[in-house]
Amino acid sequence: MILDIIIDGLIKGSVYALLAIGFSLVLGVARIINIAHTALYMTAAYLIYVGTKLMGLPAPLAMVASVVLTVLLGLLVYTLFIKPIQEHEAAVLIATIAVAMMIQEVFLMVFGGHYLGVNPLIDGYATILGVKVTYQHLLALGLALVVLVATRLFLVKTRLGLAIRSTAQDREVANLMGMNVTRVAMSTMAVSVGMAAVTGAIVVPLVTVEPTMWMHPLIMMLAIVVLGGLGSIEGSFVGAYILGFAESLVVFMVPMGSFLKDSVALSIMILVLLMRPEGLFGVSFEEER
Amino acid sequence: MQFLGRVGAVLLGLSLILAMCLPAGAADPITIGVLGPMSFTQGEGHWNGATMAADEINQAGGVKVGNVMRPIKLIKIDTNEFLSIPDATNAVEMAVSRYKVDFLIGGFRTEAVQVMQDIAMDAKKIFIGCGAAHPALCTRVTKDYDRYKYWFRLTPINSSYLGKVDFILLGTVGAIMKAQLGLDKIKVAVVAEKAAWADPIVRAAQKVLPGKMGMEVVGVWRPSPVAKDCTAELAAIQRSGAHIAFTTFSSSVGLTFAKQLGELKVPAAPVGINVEAQKTGFWSATGGKGEYTVTINTFARVKITDKTIPFYDKYLKTFKEAPNYTAGTYDAVYILRDSIEKAGTIDSAKLVPFVEKTDMIGTSGRVVFDKSHDVKWGPGFVTGLGTQWQGDQNLCIWPYKWHGITYEGTVPYKLPPWVVEHWKKK
Repeated sequence: MILDIIIDGLIKGSVYALLAIGFSLVLGVARIINIAHTALYMTAAYLIYVGTKLMGLPAPLAMVASVVLTVLLGLLVYTLFIKPIQEHEAAVLIATIAVAMMIQEVFLMVFGGHYLGVNPLIDGYATILGVKVTYQHLLALGLALVVLVATRLFLVKTRLGLAIRSTAQDREVANLMGMNVTRVAMSTMAVSVGMAAVTGAIVVPLVTVEPTMWMHPLIMMLAIVVLGGLGSIEGSFVGAYILGFAESLVVFMVPMGSFLKDSVALSIMILVLLMRPEGLFGVSFEEER
Repeated sequence: MQFLGRVGAVLLGLSLILAMCLPAGAADPITIGVLGPMSFTQGEGHWNGATMAADEINQAGGVKVGNVMRPIKLIKIDTNEFLSIPDATNAVEMAVSRYKVDFLIGGFRTEAVQVMQDIAMDAKKIFIGCGAAHPALCTRVTKDYDRYKYWFRLTPINSSYLGKVDFILLGTVGAIMKAQLGLDKIKVAVVAEKAAWADPIVRAAQKVLPGKMGMEVVGVWRPSPVAKDCTAELAAIQRSGAHIAFTTFSSSVGLTFAKQLGELKVPAAPVGINVEAQKTGFWSATGGKGEYTVTINTFARVKITDKTIPFYDKYLKTFKEAPNYTAGTYDAVYILRDSIEKAGTIDSAKLVPFVEKTDMIGTSGRVVFDKSHDVKWGPGFVTGLGTQWQGDQNLCIWPYKWHGITYEGTVPYKLPPWVVEHWKKK
């Protein structure tokens, strides 16, 4: 059973990490609380469904196209709905909720409330130490780890990554040092949406595609970001795996209460916050002010 | 004055002649409000079934009310009850007060239908339910007949009967496994979404399986109705050594569970209620991994009555998908037509006794209402079906020699090959 929990928790944690890190990036850099983040993840999933099932495109091509189109949509959302009110964090929060609802309603109108699915890239399953894991889950795990490493390298080794990190640390100073923080914010938004889109592309064969599929990941992602510390990339990474393992533990240890897995994960978040209000890797709220 | 009088008489005569020559379409239509979550499959079923029946009746001249042939006009009422029960309440209020419908048909979620029912009863409009299964909807009729006499349930059979069919299917598959795989005692994993309607089934399973059915319950799993991942539950079920996964799903978790069970080839045959598996899109949504899933159903391409296959084929041809139980609105419209023609009125209060006396060969069986205005279940009435995905077809596997009933077109149940392979080795 321990092996089951480890493997299941690793897979869940990796997917959550991808979503949460993208969200954290743009929160840390531009102070944008983008509630539409998981709605964009859903957009990528729907685009892959359209590409593979309705247009008959090869899955890798549909994945690439969906990521590109979703990033473009994300930038459009940023330009139209976020940029004009970027200085007002509460307004951005509300605007992005509206955007997410709009995206949901558009998909509901176009596709109805039908539950749709996309075929896995690789069929079949492997048995690892007695635990059955589908190849698609392993692929998702592998891709998630590759994307996480690539993001890390991008942030550490590239000039844009340096700009993003320095803007995240202190926006005002970065501005004074001559950085175009608006452009950095836009680039960060592109990277962030790109990560949401890649997550959508990776997990779409594992989930049911439907117009409310963005809500559960949103709740988990927010919990992870708060748990890890607002805007902290490392915190999001660690928080994602904590909640991923917590979910698995509940299902395996309390089968009758497997529906409680989300509540337990959220309770862990509350417990951590009670002991450490700034989150695991965050700056305390008072200090930040 | 005399001239004007003559002109008036000619005009009156002309208008009378015109009135007599006009087709049925010109008479006041009978309006039926079709209630359902129209963005979802269930609402589409409500609307599609009703439009099919209304089109057929209108093409045949309409409904004879006294000496007048009146057409049927359907009003689509989107209740959005999947996402919001208050939306459903507002929608029915609008149907009654703004569109002034003569009758209501449809409804899906019990919680929403209860509210819709009250609004329809206040307005004294006949409401034929085609979607919600809870028995409480009909016990209201017996408890307060004068108020709730306008309510009738047509599809599906109520959840007590659904439970009976559910256990019959489980027993059937269990017996086949014993015979084919030489198992002594069937071990069952009870997997039910965490929803109020599933609780009685879980309790009944825990009691009936070890007692009356001689099976062992190896565990109970209660995933969220909208769980997007069931791999952990499936791993645990495999470890429990279950031969059968006895499912109770009405929501998207049914799709996730069936798909992942097939992907991981968990050696437990899926049997029970899985509403998602009733839909044509199930095959595509699971990428074919949902093959061998067994579910209770209302329609399949079998000869339940002479009307079933023509209805099924026409529905499939018109709407590119098989009818689900909410398409029972097709029979509901015909029940209304027959009752109106017998009563010669569209006044709901006068019509109720005629609807109560319904004895109609419908598409899902012989429709007769009991004292609580619930559709009668059993041999000779509506039985419900058990269907299994075999290849890309959802085929009827039950009733199979049940009280002498086997509908023409029924096929034998097939065990998933990986289940056979796994348990043969043991």
